[in-house]
Amino acid sequence: MGMTAADSQFHVLAVDDSLIDRKLIERLLKTSSYQVTTVDSGSKALEFLGWNGDVRSNPNENEISVSEKNSQEVEINLVITDYCMPGMTGYDLLKKMKESSSLRNIPVIIMSSENVPSRINRCLEEGAEEFFLKPVRLSDVDKLKPHIMKTKCSDIEKPEKEEKQENKESIETSSEIHLQKAQTSTSNTLL
Amino acid sequence: MEVNQMQRSFLEYANVLFREGFLDGQFSQLQMLADESNPDFVVEVVSLFFEDSQKLLNDLTTTLDQQNVNFKKIDAHIHQLKGSSSSIGAQRVKNACIAFRNFCDQQNVEGLSFGSSITFAFLFQLEQQIVAAGGAIPILSEFS
Repeated sequence: MGMTAADSQFHVLAVDDSLIDRKLIERLLKTSSYQVTTVDSGSKALEFLGWNGDVRSNPNENEISVSEKNSQEVEINLVITDYCMPGMTGYDLLKKMKESSSLRNIPVIIMSSENVPSRINRCLEEGAEEFFLKPVRLSDVDKLKPHIMKTKCSDIEKPEKEEKQENKESIETSSEIHLQKAQTSTSNTLL
Repeated sequence: MEVNQMQRSFLEYANVLFREGFLDGQFSQLQMLADESNPDFVVEVVSLFFEDSQKLLNDLTTTLDQQNVNFKKIDAHIHQLKGSSSSIGAQRVKNACIAFRNFCDQQNVEGLSFGSSITFAFLFQLEQQIVAAGGAIPILSEFS
């Protein structure tokens, strides 16, 4: 697991309590040329992201210290997390990231084996970029790049407000796409 | 047997497993991910699955044997097994999980016992098929 972020490669943090799913997502991501780190819980993910426990739930943003940013040694371009995990769920992780000034701009994808529309919408409303139904396939991983690039561009150009607007617009289409996907997921194609 | 040769014969046999409903399309996805730099990927993941599943089913049986059955725990076990069998494409095992999860809601201990035996049987069956195909998978040592 290379810790140094190569310039040409994007680094994805995958969070899943299932060892098999971690192996699978790691392979999927590596096949698609991403650098990957896998962890088995939301709390480990936050630790890895350099989330400084002392500073988070403070609503007063002026008190976020510079040290929080510096503690994130590895640059993560995207977090993909399972929804159902013991302790901290994927939703809880998402929420914590969005509440953190240093982590909120990292795109988050939620995965779940269960197709529950209310769950999907809840995650998208909280700021998840997309919701993947498990088992995740290569075609899903192909959808990651735009989210990484969008964030990278908006870091440079657009102010935060505009980015939130775009996310809101994409909520409806994303949930439509995933409900459609769920309906067709029973027809498996054999190669 | 050389790894590549073993891999190849196993992958050829996988077609039989597809036809017979042991495996579904997700397994093809796994096969797509194995390549020259990761020839062992499928065998690795499948081995992990068998290890993991055996442990889960054993835990489930232990939980069922308790005086006060913890149905929440059982549901979590089945959910996990359903998830991993779905991830590797073990269709019969997955379907068995979906079916016997209902016994959890009903708090039906007998049904759960029966369901876990069937699931174990499907798991064992799948493993035997893979071993027959020449894949180096550890054999399930206990059939409880």
